[in-house]
Amino acid sequence: MVSYFKEILTGFWSLLAGMAVTIRYFVKPIVTVQYPREKLTMSPRYRGHIEFLLDPETGTHKCIACEMCARTCPSQLITVKGVKVDAKKKVPWQYVIEYQYCSLCGLCLESCPTKALKWSNEYRLAGYSREDSVIDLLTRFQRQQRLAGVPVTPIPEPPAEPEEAAAEGEVKE
Amino acid sequence: MTAMAQPVSIIGMIAGLLGVIVLVSVNALFLIWMERKVAAHMQLRPGPMEVGWHGSIQTIADALKLLGKELITPRDVDRPVYLAAPIVVFLPVLVSFLVIPFSHNLIIRDMHVGVLLILSFAALTVLAILMAGWASNNKYSVLGAIRSVAQNVAYEIPLLITLMSVILMAGSFSLADIVAAQSKYWFVLSQPLAFILYIICATAETNRAPFDLPEAESELVAGFHTEYSGMRFALFFLAEYTNMFIVSAIATVFFLGGWRGPFLPGIVWFLIKVYAIIFLIMWFRWTFPRVRFDQLITFAWKILIPLAFVNLILTAFILKLR
Repeated sequence: MVSYFKEILTGFWSLLAGMAVTIRYFVKPIVTVQYPREKLTMSPRYRGHIEFLLDPETGTHKCIACEMCARTCPSQLITVKGVKVDAKKKVPWQYVIEYQYCSLCGLCLESCPTKALKWSNEYRLAGYSREDSVIDLLTRFQRQQRLAGVPVTPIPEPPAEPEEAAAEGEVKE
Repeated sequence: MTAMAQPVSIIGMIAGLLGVIVLVSVNALFLIWMERKVAAHMQLRPGPMEVGWHGSIQTIADALKLLGKELITPRDVDRPVYLAAPIVVFLPVLVSFLVIPFSHNLIIRDMHVGVLLILSFAALTVLAILMAGWASNNKYSVLGAIRSVAQNVAYEIPLLITLMSVILMAGSFSLADIVAAQSKYWFVLSQPLAFILYIICATAETNRAPFDLPEAESELVAGFHTEYSGMRFALFFLAEYTNMFIVSAIATVFFLGGWRGPFLPGIVWFLIKVYAIIFLIMWFRWTFPRVRFDQLITFAWKILIPLAFVNLILTAFILKLR
């Protein structure tokens, strides 16, 4: 008989405890956002696809088209093609990643000798075909420059001898 | 039978009927929106936000969609019973509004036996659920209907007994008299156990979580209304939400002093109290998991009914001694 009433009381108390939890959550601020109109700000450590780092001193990227990233990439999804602008300096005239193969391992960032790459905050990557996830980092970098309000770096012309450039710069079949 | 001093005119009846129909529809539209909002905020999300201010007319859009839907009648249903069930579930709901005192003079018909009228017509809902479940010729519907009947038989007894103890204190079956008897203090203060028992039974009577076994969507698809589509389904839905309003209105009249309250007019106080009780019932739904069927029946017969009887006997004893 005592256990009967004890069970009722403890049961009732546990129900009240459960209701206290839900009412606490009821008055908490909501965590979801109304997506197309509101967007989340990504955390600084968020790993999107790679993009060029905007160098605050020169106002442009630091890529020297050494192709270290392209060689180290386990999925071989980076295509870098460089052109010599003078005797010492080389710049990329094409930098394309096929993001659909990317496993976000980060080896390209680690291997980059000039630290020209960084993770982007991009998360809206839905597309209708596989080709939609092929990203041209040079045009993307021009957009970054426009947003930052610095002079836009023009994309250089490809080198004059196409067969030589193909022999040098091609890393993917 | 009727206790009204002046005879009810035809115009008064028509106005009352129109008022009830408007109240039923607006209440259901509001409650569905409110339930979605309460559920959403308990889960830290905003709920409907797109149609109207904070999604406030989302339910109207949904209702219009339901109106435009085809009424599918499966081939092997028991046709007359199948077609009658949504009407039978909806009519008693309308009748119950006749005797609810919304304010001190806002009551369509004050009957001596108002409580009995509401409770007996509320029992018709079970009949409609049984009709719907049986006539649908679907195993999920039948299982839902069986559960509903067993549950309602079990929970109607403590419901009536808890209300009896309040009726003993007020000395009348008329809802207006019960409100009048609470002019000094609310009966929730003198009958707290009866109030708790009543809220539990009311949750079970309206087939809401944690007692939503008749329409347990994770087990029985949609229970007794699995085979209903379009406006027929909407009538079941409307009846469920209106039943919530009615049981909350009874709780308000019996335990929370009805329309009594300072400053604001009676109807406002009445609606505030009713929606507070409804919020409580929604709060239950988003807190407690569904009980198992044997737990449900055991809870009713071993805990609720003995406690209700003890409460009734104690009330009678104390009233006799006084």
